[in-house]
Amino acid sequence: MRFVDEFRDPEIITRTCEEIRRLADPGRHYRIMEVCGGHTHAIYRFGLKDVLPPNIEFIHGPGCPVCVLPMGRIDDGLELGKQDGVIFAAFGDMMRVPGAHGSPLERKAAGMDVRIVYSPSDALKLARANPDKHVMFFAIGFETTAPSTALTLMRARAEGIRNFSVFCNHVTIIPALRAILDSPDMRLDAFVGPGHVSTVIGCRPYEWIARDEGRPIVVSGFEPLDLLQSVVMLLRQMQDGRTEVENQYARVVPWEGNRAALAAMAEVFELRPFFEWRGLGFISQSALRIRDAYADWDAERIFDVPGIRVTDPKAAQCGEVLKGVLKPVQCKLFGRECTPEHPIGALMVSSEGSCAAYYNYEHRKAAAASLAPV
Amino acid sequence: MAHGAGGKATRRLIDGLFAPLLLDGAQLADAAGIEVDGTRIAVTTDGFVVTPVTFPGGSIGELAVNGTLNDLAVSGAKAVALLATFVLEAGLPADVLEAEVRAMANAARAAGVPIVGGDTKVVEHGKTDRMYITTTGIGRMLPGVVIDPASVAVGDRILLSGPIGDHGITILLARGELDLEAQLRSDTRWVFPLVEALAGAAAPGLRWMRDPTRGGVATSLNELALDCGLSIHIAEERIPVRDEVRGACELLGLDPLHIANEGQFLAVVAAGHAEQALAAVRAVPGGEEAVLIGEVRAEPAAAVLVTTRYGGTRIVDMLVGDPLPRIC
Amino acid sequence: MCLAIPGRIVELVEDLPHLAMVEVTGVRRRVDLGLLQDDMPGPGDWVLIHVGFAMSRISESGAEEQMRTLRMLGEDHAAMEEVRGYGLAPEE
Repeated sequence: MRFVDEFRDPEIITRTCEEIRRLADPGRHYRIMEVCGGHTHAIYRFGLKDVLPPNIEFIHGPGCPVCVLPMGRIDDGLELGKQDGVIFAAFGDMMRVPGAHGSPLERKAAGMDVRIVYSPSDALKLARANPDKHVMFFAIGFETTAPSTALTLMRARAEGIRNFSVFCNHVTIIPALRAILDSPDMRLDAFVGPGHVSTVIGCRPYEWIARDEGRPIVVSGFEPLDLLQSVVMLLRQMQDGRTEVENQYARVVPWEGNRAALAAMAEVFELRPFFEWRGLGFISQSALRIRDAYADWDAERIFDVPGIRVTDPKAAQCGEVLKGVLKPVQCKLFGRECTPEHPIGALMVSSEGSCAAYYNYEHRKAAAASLAPV
Repeated sequence: MAHGAGGKATRRLIDGLFAPLLLDGAQLADAAGIEVDGTRIAVTTDGFVVTPVTFPGGSIGELAVNGTLNDLAVSGAKAVALLATFVLEAGLPADVLEAEVRAMANAARAAGVPIVGGDTKVVEHGKTDRMYITTTGIGRMLPGVVIDPASVAVGDRILLSGPIGDHGITILLARGELDLEAQLRSDTRWVFPLVEALAGAAAPGLRWMRDPTRGGVATSLNELALDCGLSIHIAEERIPVRDEVRGACELLGLDPLHIANEGQFLAVVAAGHAEQALAAVRAVPGGEEAVLIGEVRAEPAAAVLVTTRYGGTRIVDMLVGDPLPRIC
Repeated sequence: MCLAIPGRIVELVEDLPHLAMVEVTGVRRRVDLGLLQDDMPGPGDWVLIHVGFAMSRISESGAEEQMRTLRMLGEDHAAMEEVRGYGLAPEE
């Protein structure tokens, strides 16, 4: 696969790891936050922790849109979706997320019309194909995904498709990063920036992290060499005493972002005054809702949304794990009441949530005597 | 619903409910071994539920025959006869039924195994997905072959008969919900000729076999790891995956190791017999892509570890439910 | 978040100018090019695909340059080691 295989070249990976070992100060412990759930997934999938020196530690950040969605929003969405004549459409990522009365997949087994879609445009296609039903698309995602939802709504309006609506749960990354950095128990040296969010918002929105918070940040791709090269770039910054925003993923990320994507978002969405993030609490100006001009396609206005609020059990420490203060294994419920098969918190449900990733990839390795402790 | 997908939930259903009540201490495997007047016989049964009924490379009828023949084959048995039971939807078009019966007859004839009987039930329209087929097979154990996960030892090698993921991805694409196109066919086929060659060359070193159907290679190897208590280490770059399967998995965020196969098998062979086993399988038409993908170690116990060429590792677990596409 | 994969545009869809058939190692899917209208790609171009939409064009030259940098990593150091062996490099 082009633009993929080259960045998985084992020889170059090995050499890059040697460079990392040369650059890393053995007397120092580096705590690098990777913001994006996709990076968390890549680190585990490619076994990168095995090839990095032990004094470089990745802390998993809040960039998992499934993880940060409060359970109440899922329940709201399912309440809307279970009405007669409604088709509940969502990405595969949502299907096993537990609501108070079951996950979308469980509700499907119980008779609700639930469809997995790969694209919001596929949800619109369902609406065209089922004129006697109403298709409600449960939208999630950061700025990477929001423009696609926006464009889909613009197309729906242009075509006059009336049996389609969006239940909007799009969130934005910068306020979450501010919340992390404002947290008093936070100790981070550097950031790996979210590569695909940045194809939309560009690299400028991170400048305050380098300038005001004094942390280097490198916007990174998702292949093993991308992440490893980003670590090299961060180590060099730290060695040089620089704090800058750098773009490792320049083959794909334009520094200024994608104007057309930002314009589509601005046309269709506006910022909510505040939104509740699971584990992080209420954060102002951190989520999107649909503008008045598109009210006829806003599930929250077409239907009566119950506005369900569900608090996580006190013992679940999703918030601290999300902020990187606790490792998954330090949460009292981890591996006991809370496992991928019966998740209590969303960090266990999404395969890129810190807890699920740790459980699936690390947990049993760490228990083995023959492997180096991670 | 997750209970049929072939992973953890299925195993819990079997271990927790069926086995204690029904199996009277017998070991769970692809087929049951019984002795009749000194002859070792294998018996197996399997139900087939597939949507859509036909797909590139095959149909439910073909799956039903090959699937049961393969369960016998990986139990080390040469099939002698098959039975087929049908549960049919009342409104099923006659030509659809006929096509499946023909497909079954052809698959059975190609293997030289007669379908000697069966049963049919018709249910109300809407109660089933058009048709469910159950096939039961009986076969004679190959001489010198003893399949026993307890005999698996550190140092044994893992053999895989060919590329993985073809069937599962073909079905996913054939359902049409994801709007993906690819030149892919199900790999459904009868694997006994490959198994027979392996047994002929390496029976004393053959420890275990399985056909990685629902839940894929990862699930089968995890079952092995749990059954023998040891660790299965596989080298990622040795696992054959067709470009189209790889492309679909990358696009949808799926792991080929979790995708169903209907024409492949895994075998554990003692190190001293592994090369002959591989050569024997490769010499059979259809076995050319067989590879040794890994070996048995001690740790991490009861787990499957995938390693990359540059030294990265990850644990790959059994499937929980069906493989779901993801966008994150 | 953000599973996005590089794919090559095979052809534009007739009658629907914002849609293209994109290929990822033999797998094809219709992809919406609407977010790239400022710099519309055409057949043969590579794009980054996320949830059925093209997010960005992939710069082949950018990728090649990046690979060059990555390949060189460690080579400078190896060269320095060699030179040091000749006793010509300044003492550290």
